[in-house]
Amino acid sequence: MKYRIAIMAALAVTWTGSVLAQAKDPTIAGIEKYREMLGDDNPAELYEARGEILWKKAAGPKNVSLEKCDLGLGPGVVKGAYAKTPRYFGDAGRVMDIESRINWCRETIQGFSTADIVKKPFGSADKPSEIEDLLAYVVTASKGMKISPPNSHPKELEAFALGEALFHLRAGPYDFSCGTCHAVDGMRIRLQELPNLTKTADAKGAYTGWPAYRVSTSRLHSMQWRINDCFRQQRFPEPKYMSESVNALITFLAVMGEGAEYKGPALKR
Amino acid sequence: MSDPMKIRAKLSGDVAEIRVLMGHAMETGQRKDAAGKTIPAHFIQSMTVEVAGKIVVDGQIGTSVSRNPVFGFKVKGAKAGDKVVISWVDNKGDKRSDEVAVA
Amino acid sequence: MKKINTTVLAAAVALTTFLAAGCATEREHHASPEMMKKATIAVKRDFQEKGIAKMDRVATDKLQDICNRSGDNPSPEMAAMLESEQTTTLKLPADGNYMGDWKAGEKLAQSGQGLTWNAKAGAPNGGNCYNCHQISPEELSYGTIGPSLLGFGKTRGYTSETQKYAYAKIYNSKAFTACSAMPRFGHVGALDEKQIKDLVALLVDPKSPVNK
Repeated sequence: MKYRIAIMAALAVTWTGSVLAQAKDPTIAGIEKYREMLGDDNPAELYEARGEILWKKAAGPKNVSLEKCDLGLGPGVVKGAYAKTPRYFGDAGRVMDIESRINWCRETIQGFSTADIVKKPFGSADKPSEIEDLLAYVVTASKGMKISPPNSHPKELEAFALGEALFHLRAGPYDFSCGTCHAVDGMRIRLQELPNLTKTADAKGAYTGWPAYRVSTSRLHSMQWRINDCFRQQRFPEPKYMSESVNALITFLAVMGEGAEYKGPALKR
Repeated sequence: MSDPMKIRAKLSGDVAEIRVLMGHAMETGQRKDAAGKTIPAHFIQSMTVEVAGKIVVDGQIGTSVSRNPVFGFKVKGAKAGDKVVISWVDNKGDKRSDEVAVA
Repeated sequence: MKKINTTVLAAAVALTTFLAAGCATEREHHASPEMMKKATIAVKRDFQEKGIAKMDRVATDKLQDICNRSGDNPSPEMAAMLESEQTTTLKLPADGNYMGDWKAGEKLAQSGQGLTWNAKAGAPNGGNCYNCHQISPEELSYGTIGPSLLGFGKTRGYTSETQKYAYAKIYNSKAFTACSAMPRFGHVGALDEKQIKDLVALLVDPKSPVNK
């Protein structure tokens, strides 16, 4: 009798599994096929190419390039810098993600004003913003490296702890936190699978999934944008671009995703 | 000014696999902007692929192709070092040409 | 005698475990109450109003505060207190009729519109139901954050008690489970009385596909 129940349970599990596989098949298989067709050709490369030109071009009120920018590994070192962020920068006195740091260099080296930088950080398909081009260039230079934010300076540990708390903070008209959808294994919203960002396995894929070129919007989206849009869907007010809260959340995600191999900007539907 | 194309040309045996990523709006002329105004059509009309001085693809494309399109071709008889030149012309007369050597 | 007690106890424990696994979804949450408090201060500093989403949305209420500080796991006494407080907010229809039109309910359940900062002020909100629940069997694109609602009326009985329960649950889920993941749709004014009645019909009307 026990034996039979066990078999029935096994059958039930298999059957449910195949139904789910069928249900998600068209979307996910479609994306996989599209990725395969594109191979290494991610339109994010167009951003990267523009970004490299921008990085090396004298610009801003001070008319200098970003080539002396210190992304954490010393002035001018771009290779591998992204993989070691977010980190604490002594000159700025705070923890920054890579996008905040590039903007810091645009302000301090090139002389752009904060107002210029925060005016329109997220571009559109027709008008990509310069920071997204620069970002694509910088992150691509960490291709093949392991995500390894230092997470050792007291400010970095503080950022992680604040990020974790913000991740679980329920507020807004729907009482949602990030964790409402992203702190449990194997859940879906509609057919979209939801990564459990409190666990390393899922967090690795999620963290290296941004920045990404989205085919449906025909543009590159940064991690700053990703966090911004999560809060829109959570029905919160808007998190300020590059604010301590956003950088704390990115720190939390980066530390959770530690050890993942970075493969360059992702490609999403 | 248009973005440079990303071209890869990799030889396996005597077949060169050529892949090209083009930065272009490929606007269909059927979309409207936020103000309800039609966005004028702007798309690549013709493209050519030249390998070692010989045109191997001379094609016409249109508005059914996505923004930032990717194309792939296989060319028989190519040798390492052959120059691959890819060019396009759009409906506004803008054009672009980029090249790479078969590796 | 002792032996029997042990067996009964074991069965009771097994049952409790089973119920706990079946009802509440445990979320991984290790942030301390002090850090949660810091987070409530950080959002007030680092967020800004946009469109219809004003800053009052990050002024957490008592229920949110307690759920946040306890990691959605308040003590049984605290949970009971919160649930009874939330119960007092319930506004049931004055006409005593809980049922609307299941077809309108299905449309509402499909819609995920509303309340985001880019939503139009005054436009009706959707119910967002399929984001988390299986409802009509025809709709395969459903989420799994909440339990399946297939056969809701059929299994619970087509009674006014079932209708009232569904209405109250949609109006304020926290009257039943203090830190439920489900929004308090009626309590926060996201859905109005007619809309909730249409959703109740989708779940409890014998003619609704949910009960076929």
